[in-house]
Amino acid sequence: MLTIYILWLRQLKRFSRSRARIIASFGQPLLYLLGLGFGFGPIFEKAGQGNYIQFVAPGIIAMTVLFASIFSGIEIIFDRQFGFLKEMLVAPVPRLLIMVGRTLGGATVAMIQALMVTVVCVLAGFRPSVAALPVAFVFLALIAIVFTAMGTAIASVLSDFQGFQLVMNFLVMPIFFLSGALFPLNNLPKAMDIIARIDPLSYGVDGLRATLIGVSHFGVGTDLIVLTVLSVVFMAIGAKLFARIQI
Amino acid sequence: MIKVQNLVKTYGQIEAVRNISFEVQQGEIFAFLGPNGAGKTTTIKMLTTLLRPTSGTVEIDGLDAATNQNEVRKRFGIVFQDPSLDDELTAWENMDIHGALYGMPRKIRRERTEMLLKLFELSERRDHPVKQFSGGMRRRLEIARGLLHTPKILFLDEPTLGLDPQTRNQLWSHVQKLSQEERVTVFLTTHYMEEADRVAHRIAVIDHGTIVAQGTSAELKQQTSTETLEQAFLALTGSQIRDEGADSSNDMRNMAKMFRRPR
Repeated sequence: MLTIYILWLRQLKRFSRSRARIIASFGQPLLYLLGLGFGFGPIFEKAGQGNYIQFVAPGIIAMTVLFASIFSGIEIIFDRQFGFLKEMLVAPVPRLLIMVGRTLGGATVAMIQALMVTVVCVLAGFRPSVAALPVAFVFLALIAIVFTAMGTAIASVLSDFQGFQLVMNFLVMPIFFLSGALFPLNNLPKAMDIIARIDPLSYGVDGLRATLIGVSHFGVGTDLIVLTVLSVVFMAIGAKLFARIQI
Repeated sequence: MIKVQNLVKTYGQIEAVRNISFEVQQGEIFAFLGPNGAGKTTTIKMLTTLLRPTSGTVEIDGLDAATNQNEVRKRFGIVFQDPSLDDELTAWENMDIHGALYGMPRKIRRERTEMLLKLFELSERRDHPVKQFSGGMRRRLEIARGLLHTPKILFLDEPTLGLDPQTRNQLWSHVQKLSQEERVTVFLTTHYMEEADRVAHRIAVIDHGTIVAQGTSAELKQQTSTETLEQAFLALTGSQIRDEGADSSNDMRNMAKMFRRPR
């Protein structure tokens, strides 16, 4: 327990001390919110789909969690480069606990970032259902765990930053763009529909949308089950790959 | 305290460590010397459970390092060749994480951290982030951290690299004290022969992955009919310069890394 706690705390301290990271966590979501939210808003409304800010905000929040979580996981590469990984790996504790501590820490940081972005969304005109916030919080946590674990798994097999760009372009960006964060999943072409169903983030976005604005594509129950199963699966994969690291 | 038998590590076709055996007794200071790329760090990694040997056994305090990893890890402290501190955190926090990872109760963690930071003259900077520290201060902090959980064995992989003579002197005095008063076993590597000559009870020289000589400093000098340990070392390993980057075992290590990387 102490192991998990101390490594969780380490992630939080690292985040809270990096002003650059805190500010950066606003940048991209803000851009999407303003650019897309206000840019596409009029067209979206004309198409009879209602307020686009209202629709896209849960997607932006999910995106924040996605990027922050993957980054937290990928931070293992930093630890490897700056040497702290060795300190963790020679410690007399099971690798599983180290991985769990790191993942929970990373997931917590991602959720904090998501909450900050939520506030920005509200300032921009987003009106979520307040009663559903606790359930939305559960979804945030699940998304954060799934993707931090995914980042951990990826970072465990990459030994430097060369592969990082590859991961961003061919994994993280597609996960975001094809998840329905920016558009409704109804009436998609067959191929897109299949991809969206495979994409873990689709269920996160849908869950957030279901709770925050009461619109759902898959249904809250499905979202919850899929994400729970995926968190367990990715934690297991992440733990397995992390345990295999040799330096 | 340390018992190594027929230890082998191969990367692909290259043998980084070829069938080495040695023993280190409790309280002994054992120096492991060798030119760059001779297999020193690979050996240390295997002794400290970071790397699985290809074959052979490592016994630490009577426990098999391969099957009893966590028990073995509790028994040693290590100062790595490269930095391994968290730069964003303070000296105190680095110590605290270490103590927690080694399961030390909070009170003891605090007491020992305070004591060690004082000993290594870091108390005044304890709440400063490590990224503001000089090279010498970082090194001192790493050593203090390695001692935090009162290990029975201390591994020092080129601990004095980049330290000024004052700090080096202080470090070795402290290591000698640990060995004498607390019977801590010390396994060290260094490129400074005079340091090994001064502190080590016994010395092993490794080259091309094999131990080419083993004994006290006097024995090594006698064996090679030389005056100083440095001359003995050169007589044993040749005076040709080793370029670590061009060293074949390193090449193989990098190749192996490359193949492990998914593309």
